[in-house]
Amino acid sequence: MSGPNTNFDPVQVAALEPEAIEANVAAALEAVAAAGSLEELKVARTAHQGDKSPLALANREIGALPPSAKAEAGKRVGAARARVAAAFAARQAELEAERDERILVEEAVDVTLPTGRRPLGRRHPIELMATRITDIFVGMGWEIAEGPEIEAEWFNFDALNFDADHPARQMQDTFYVANPADESGEGSGLVLRTHTSPVQARALLERGVPLYVACPGRVFRTDDLDATHMPAFHQVEGLAIDEGLTMAHLKGTLDRLASEIFGEGITTRLRPAFFPFTEPSAEMDLRCFVCRGEDAECRTCKGMGWIEWGGCGMVNHNVLRATGVDPDVYSGFAFGMGIDRALMFRTGVSDMRDMIEGDVRFNAQFGMEI
Amino acid sequence: MRVPLDWLREYVDVPADATAESVAADLVRVGLEEEAYHRAGVTGPLVVGRVLTLEKEPQKNGKVISWCTVDVGDANGTGEPQGIVCGAHNFEVGDLVPVILPGGTVTTPQGPMEVTARKTYGHVSAGMICSERELGLGDDHEGIMVLTERFADEPDVLARLEPGADAIPLLGLDRETVEVNVTPDRGYCFSIRGIAREYSHSTGAAFTDPVLALSAAAPASNDSGYGVRLEDEAPLKGRPGCTRYVARIVRGIDVSAQTPSWMRMRLTEAGMRPISLPVDVTNYVMLGLGQPLHAFDAGRLQDDIVVRRARPGETITTLDSVVRSLSTEDLLITDGGHTPIAIAGVMGGEDTEVSDSTTDVLLESATFDAVSIARTARRHKLLSEASKRFERGVDPELAPAAAELAIQLLVQYGGGTVDPGVTDVGTPRPVVTIDLDPAYPAQFVGVHYPGDVVRRILTEIGCTVEEVEAPRGTRLTVTPPSWRPDLRTPPDLVEEIARIDGYDKIPSIVPTPPSGSGLTRSQRGRRIAAEILAGQGLSEVWSAPFVGDARHQAFGWDVDEARARTVRLLNPLSDEQPLMRISLLSTMVDALLRNVARGTKDVGLFEIGLVTALTGPQRVAPTEEVGVLPSADTLAAIHAAIPEQPRHLGILLAGDRDRAGWWGSGRPAELGDILELVRALAEGLGPAVSLESAADVMPFHPGRCAAVHLEDGRLLGHAGELHPKVVAAMGLPARTLGAELDLDMLIEAGSKTVRARPVITSPVAYSDVALVVDEAVTAAAVEAALRAGAGETLEDVHLFDLYRGDQIDEGKKSLGYHLTFRAPGRTLTTEEVSALRDAAVAAAAQEVGAVQR
Repeated sequence: MSGPNTNFDPVQVAALEPEAIEANVAAALEAVAAAGSLEELKVARTAHQGDKSPLALANREIGALPPSAKAEAGKRVGAARARVAAAFAARQAELEAERDERILVEEAVDVTLPTGRRPLGRRHPIELMATRITDIFVGMGWEIAEGPEIEAEWFNFDALNFDADHPARQMQDTFYVANPADESGEGSGLVLRTHTSPVQARALLERGVPLYVACPGRVFRTDDLDATHMPAFHQVEGLAIDEGLTMAHLKGTLDRLASEIFGEGITTRLRPAFFPFTEPSAEMDLRCFVCRGEDAECRTCKGMGWIEWGGCGMVNHNVLRATGVDPDVYSGFAFGMGIDRALMFRTGVSDMRDMIEGDVRFNAQFGMEI
Repeated sequence: MRVPLDWLREYVDVPADATAESVAADLVRVGLEEEAYHRAGVTGPLVVGRVLTLEKEPQKNGKVISWCTVDVGDANGTGEPQGIVCGAHNFEVGDLVPVILPGGTVTTPQGPMEVTARKTYGHVSAGMICSERELGLGDDHEGIMVLTERFADEPDVLARLEPGADAIPLLGLDRETVEVNVTPDRGYCFSIRGIAREYSHSTGAAFTDPVLALSAAAPASNDSGYGVRLEDEAPLKGRPGCTRYVARIVRGIDVSAQTPSWMRMRLTEAGMRPISLPVDVTNYVMLGLGQPLHAFDAGRLQDDIVVRRARPGETITTLDSVVRSLSTEDLLITDGGHTPIAIAGVMGGEDTEVSDSTTDVLLESATFDAVSIARTARRHKLLSEASKRFERGVDPELAPAAAELAIQLLVQYGGGTVDPGVTDVGTPRPVVTIDLDPAYPAQFVGVHYPGDVVRRILTEIGCTVEEVEAPRGTRLTVTPPSWRPDLRTPPDLVEEIARIDGYDKIPSIVPTPPSGSGLTRSQRGRRIAAEILAGQGLSEVWSAPFVGDARHQAFGWDVDEARARTVRLLNPLSDEQPLMRISLLSTMVDALLRNVARGTKDVGLFEIGLVTALTGPQRVAPTEEVGVLPSADTLAAIHAAIPEQPRHLGILLAGDRDRAGWWGSGRPAELGDILELVRALAEGLGPAVSLESAADVMPFHPGRCAAVHLEDGRLLGHAGELHPKVVAAMGLPARTLGAELDLDMLIEAGSKTVRARPVITSPVAYSDVALVVDEAVTAAAVEAALRAGAGETLEDVHLFDLYRGDQIDEGKKSLGYHLTFRAPGRTLTTEEVSALRDAAVAAAAQEVGAVQR
């Protein structure tokens, strides 16, 4: 390419003629327009923009022209190539956008396909209920106390004014711990706590007064498991000892709890009763939260309008004395209620066995709100 | 306590339109909760019928039926005889019988049954001739009830029996009984008298105490009564066993005389079975007034009655024909001090029981001590109607009145003459008086009770109230009535005032406690642990903590060692499970098995609960009298006797950890899954833990178990695959995994307050190394060496590859680590990173013999 070509007429290079260039540009633009995909556009680019494309070849001919003609021819070819490049770029962008759009459509999947490679577990609904009740107490400024399940008889009974010979002590269906040192097995001084009330005595001894504590926990009675009985179940105990506390404060606390657990406007009713560790004592009934006492056919309360919820009363002076508190200065109230029972009321669990058997399908029904 | 309304009406004015439900509602207000309603299960038309014709017709099935026509007057609307097929044969033409006509309902063992006219044995049977059981009046189902026999002794009733008469009131089938629950402090409510008094308190209805008239009628004691000596030489808790003994004698009684039907009906309604006149009368008086009585065959008594404690080795044959060995705490009624004739207040002896040949009856009406009777009844497992009342305290003033009523009834229905001799010995317990500040009830209840209201209510319930001028104002000296031994302290009186005035008057005031400190650390920690595990797909369970040797054996534990770590129950629900659990896994497995049996194969469970961890021999927990603060030593001994009960956390995994689905196959749970859960717990709760192989810890696989330790070396627990023997013994799914940790310890060890480090934002640098080590070298050791060698700029060590195979020697493994470096405030150079990596590798070579691949 370097030597002069004497047989060549340098002024007359056909490929650099305006008409020829224009024709090539037109061909390129037509190819761009005709390209329906990025692949076709790539082929067209090779043909019209590549090293062997007519415009590229024409560009190479510029060197053969005399200097006077080079500038003009160069300008012409450059402009032509720029137009072609712009067309390619525009089409490229257009086709890429179309492709992106199409991919998004193609990538769509069925969102209703099942998941469940590792389903979420659940806390036990009794624990959720206990947590809920505990939080209500904490919100009222109470503290939460706990105690052991194998408990000294003194804490479970004597400290609570259950005299060893009083019929109330026999009515508790107590599991007694055997005494290995005695042939009869009797006299170990230990029982499985029959209620959460021993925590009252523990809290009074450990924390002193004034005292506002709630004690959730598991308790035991010698009942065989059936739809309405469990040998182990759950209670929460409340105990408040302070100067000047009255039964009105007991009633106020119960009403507050009832409405927090079961809904606004649900109150309680007290009925005279007997418990060794309270005097006066009362059974507490809960306004039926289903019918609110307005449906004689209500299945939840059997038309009574009230549901039995637990026992309560003013702490017996003997309990205060047994724990070193002066009953002439301090008074207080205590109450106990079934957590399992609250769960049954609230959620309609009808067979207690469901609550103890550990079937994952039972738990699976409950989320945070129980 | 069952309260027949008709009996209640005898003592208190119950309105004519009162129903069982309305009476129950009135009683519940004063603390007597309704238990049940009892009424006949029969609805009319039930009428008197006269049998006109009766033909016995043998059937192909071998039975013989009676085809009867019965005159039912106009009760069937036609006046024509009613045709009825009957299977019984104990009646004849002319007998008067109860007939239920179509539309009526009778009682069957399967429940109520409506009677219809139906074709049977070739006849249309339009009604039914009833047996006692069908009318709910007794157990007799063999024969039908012949009214002429039933009322044979009651001519006035017989006179009213005519065909077509309504038999419902005649047979008392319109009567109602309320059953109420009597709380243990209200012994006096185990009588119609006591219930009537409470009904009066609740409604204001006029109450007539039957005891007033009976006391007035009862003759005074005299010297000619039967000799009775009270010789309790060993009172329990300083309380003499018998404080009053009234004895009276009726001679020449006809013990075979029929108990009147009204009394039998009341007894049946009150839940007792009529037996014979003397027994029925004693029961009737006990139910009516609350005083248990005993009738001795006076002809069999030789000598004075002596009440004393049993002697060592003494026995008695009680009237249920059981020979009972007596304790020296048992109070006895003896003949002359030598021969026991009754266990006082609990059960009579066989030898002196009233029998068919009895002509003379000695009636005992005594006050026995509550503690003594309670202990004896429990010791001999003889919880009788009498012991139930004595345990709760019987009115000491009742004895002569009750004896008088019984005597009157015996003579009226059994004939005979009353001995003029009346015995009444003993020293009743001194009367308690209570000093009450009249303002105290209001202070205690939060309701304003004016002084006159306090006095009125206390007087109403039977107290004697005296006003006493004291330096700080008027006080009340209150003497409770004889039937209220439960009233001993001012709060006891407050309860009376509050309940009679009405608990519904108590206002509702929420107290304002001093601010509390919220949940304890342990409580917060448990919530976190439970939520982590639930978030990881596990379901929380709780199991009853009862196990037995068999379970311990299945878990591969030495049965005796396991027993030494726990306590045994004296009265377990099942003899197979007398022990308290020492491990959560040992009871949780039941929940796992239950899930698998019910078709849930992929299961992850966790439980948080207490286990028993007895260290050393079990000690006896001392006790103390009620109302007394134990000494510091006693309290310490009580605490020391209570076994340690740490709170554990148990986990079980079985089946697939990642489930199969349209996305592909599932991934069975493996060791790494249970270890990951343990690590997640430690990360969530804060403390650093280390895992190391633990070779023989049952119930775990010897090669697939990790001991989990805290940094200070304390053992938290174990996690791993369960031993194949345990899996086989328990029938668990293959490769079941478990973990059990001391949750108290884990939470306690958690970081108290985090010291935050700044987050370094300079660029990160990576370097990968592959190290070949002996099989025996643990991943933890290699990682520790790398960290030590590289120093602080090594931000993370990640094991991305574990290789064994042809490329390396046998007995070796190759570990591929991805090391992440970062230096605060600057960019690490390539040379620095290489040097750090080389230092890490060198340390690994030095510490664990690692060779770079």
